Amino acid sequence: MKRKLFVGLLVAVCFILQNTIMNSLALASIEPNLLIIITASYGFMRGRKSGMWVGFFSGLLLDVFYGGTLGAYTALYMYIGYFNGFFRKVFYPEEVRLPMVLIALSDLIYSLAVYLGSFLLRGKFEFFYYFIRIILPEMIYTLVVSIPLYWLVLHVNTSFEKSENRRR
Amino acid sequence: MKRKKKISLPAHYLLMILTVLCVGGIVVSMTTNFTAVPLNYVTGYLFVPIQKAINQVGQAITSQTDHFASLKEVQEKNAELKKQVDELTVENSALAQEKYELRRLRKLYDLDESYADYDKIAARVIGNDAGNWFNHFMIDKGTEDGISVDMNVISDSGLVGIVIETGKNWATVRSIIDDASNISSMMLDSSDRCIVSGNLKLMNEEGMIEFSELKLQEGKKIEIGEKVVTSHISDKYLQGILIGYVTEIGEDENKLTYSGTITPVVDFEHLQEVLVITDLKQNKETKEEEEDDTSDKGGNG
Repeated sequence: MKRKLFVGLLVAVCFILQNTIMNSLALASIEPNLLIIITASYGFMRGRKSGMWVGFFSGLLLDVFYGGTLGAYTALYMYIGYFNGFFRKVFYPEEVRLPMVLIALSDLIYSLAVYLGSFLLRGKFEFFYYFIRIILPEMIYTLVVSIPLYWLVLHVNTSFEKSENRRR
Repeated sequence: MKRKKKISLPAHYLLMILTVLCVGGIVVSMTTNFTAVPLNYVTGYLFVPIQKAINQVGQAITSQTDHFASLKEVQEKNAELKKQVDELTVENSALAQEKYELRRLRKLYDLDESYADYDKIAARVIGNDAGNWFNHFMIDKGTEDGISVDMNVISDSGLVGIVIETGKNWATVRSIIDDASNISSMMLDSSDRCIVSGNLKLMNEEGMIEFSELKLQEGKKIEIGEKVVTSHISDKYLQGILIGYVTEIGEDENKLTYSGTITPVVDFEHLQEVLVITDLKQNKETKEEEEDDTSDKGGNG
């Protein structure tokens, strides 16, 4: 229960930060994607189901406030969380490279999906430009921000797991 | 470490169920006007107050970084602005004369409508779209203040965008620099119509939006700096709201139409307060449909 409360709070806080302060911290009008970090982290840390739920609610928030079509972001984030869950078997808290790679990949897939779904469909074919100007910088910035954020999520998660083990 | 045994669905079934939900949501919201009303209510009350508070902090940060602009820059800007004030004073007196004339002419044509007469609500910007692809932002007024989808949003200087989503105490606005924004507009001087559309690339590189399909009357020429306003045939935007100034113009390959770029009058980087026009174009039109039937401009094709 405590864990669920924490995750819910984390999603909400990240959504709000993304909407407000991140705009001020944007570099060259590029801002990092906090919700992807959370979604991916919970996927490979806790498994497919956790990733799926965190992604579901992250996407739902975006859909309700900004989406226009209810369900598009929800599905996208949900699948990203779900597929990150497959890497739980090879995830070790001490190992940092895998999480970083997964977070970067998740952000890349997210950006590609947004490009395909809303830019390519409207006939904007300059993929290379968008890749260099938006997708790549966003990925790098997200990676940088993911270092502290992932660290926080990981530590809270391990402390939850410890206390759960003790109870059993 | 053993996993706890619980009665629960396997992950892939759950995924399937949620996917069906999402697809259902997408289909419904694409085919009908349905918006997640209950969700909008709950989330509005949860997030809007916090966001309002935090956004002020964010703006404080921005203004702090702005302080770093060097004194020299400010002085240069000051000189530039003083010059501009002189120019504007001259222009203003000229405009005042023209306004006189206009009033007379309007009375003549019985066109007593301009955007000074619209009902407006002031709103504060409390959040920007999460992400780098879109230019949507959230304001702190919603349905309980009388705001609904498709209302035009302006700032003190010109057109900002259009409301695309509403909750009880919030609304989302798509700005005119968003890549998906298309506005039927016209040159103020000659009433030649064109399409103004946002362009992410152009906005990122040069801070401009583009216009296309401008059909000119024969012998007419468009000068750089010409004002572009919303047109009378747009179905969502009210007529005559200033969008920006032409900065570049060129003939298209078909030799029939022109296209180019426009500098928007609104400073989207520092947008903090906006005005929402609560008159909807559709409502206005149904009222005036009978009278307007004959006055529709034919155009040339």
